[in-house]
Amino acid sequence: MAHDVHAHVRSQTEYEYKRRRSANEMRGHVTTFAIMIFLTLIAFTMVYAGFSAYFVVPIILLLAAVQVILQLYYFMHMSHKGHETAQLFLYSGVIVAFITILTMITIVWW
Amino acid sequence: MDLNTKYTPQSWPDHPENTTLEGKNKFTGFWLFLGGETVTFASLFATYLALKNKGPSGMEFTTQDLFELPLVFIMTMLLLTSSLTSVYAMYHMKNYNFKAMQAWLMVTVILGLAFLGFEIYEFNHYVHLGFTFGQSAFSSAFFILVGTHGAHVVVGLGWIILLMVRNAKRGLNLYNAPKFYLASLYWHFIDVVWVFIFTVVYLMGVVG
Repeated sequence: MAHDVHAHVRSQTEYEYKRRRSANEMRGHVTTFAIMIFLTLIAFTMVYAGFSAYFVVPIILLLAAVQVILQLYYFMHMSHKGHETAQLFLYSGVIVAFITILTMITIVWW
Repeated sequence: MDLNTKYTPQSWPDHPENTTLEGKNKFTGFWLFLGGETVTFASLFATYLALKNKGPSGMEFTTQDLFELPLVFIMTMLLLTSSLTSVYAMYHMKNYNFKAMQAWLMVTVILGLAFLGFEIYEFNHYVHLGFTFGQSAFSSAFFILVGTHGAHVVVGLGWIILLMVRNAKRGLNLYNAPKFYLASLYWHFIDVVWVFIFTVVYLMGVVG
């Protein structure tokens, strides 16, 4: 592993491009954060307003799912290249998780 | 290449977290671990959903009486904000700005500690009401689920603090960049789990 890192020194233009690109990405993250705060506020407000459980529960679960997808794909960079293995592992976990919860709830319901 | 090579912002790689083979291996292994963590929490969520509000006959504790939304809302905001501050830390890590990274990690740690403080207050409050760990199937399932998340927060805080202290004088290099990156992934994952806890345990608990 001592030989596989090639240190490339950027020119001023390349460097400024990199800084700009990463500043843009950071602005995107702040927007993502604002959306997550907004989703959280909607979820809490709906529960606070005291609507029927049959109406509120599916919606807050959906809001949670959206928020988690934002967290995984933007904050944890799963949208970036080179995350194929990461996706395989995480989705395998999610499938097992889903089956586990479905099974337990089915057993209790029966 | 020596892993302790000094870099400049101009020579710092685009993806310092997986430029080395060691970094790549850590990255792959860590995502496998997160997949496993997902299953761990799923089993705890499944147990909680199965045992919610179940206990000895005459048990007076229900999710509706127990949970206070304002407290949960504050905890959610703290943890969500700490997720953003750790994104800022990684932004500065990628720009090879060690001081700014440490500063944002410090903010993350402070927010995490505040979250933990509220959680300890909450648990203490429940125990004083008589809702102890062994009180009912419901209480055991609740404390195990939310407590395991709290334990993850403790581990995450300890991890980040140790990294900050150990590398305070070293600065950034390709040896420790993957370590900081993975600690921040772990911190995000803690927030991912919390999103489901505040939705499934607290919000759905108050709705009924």
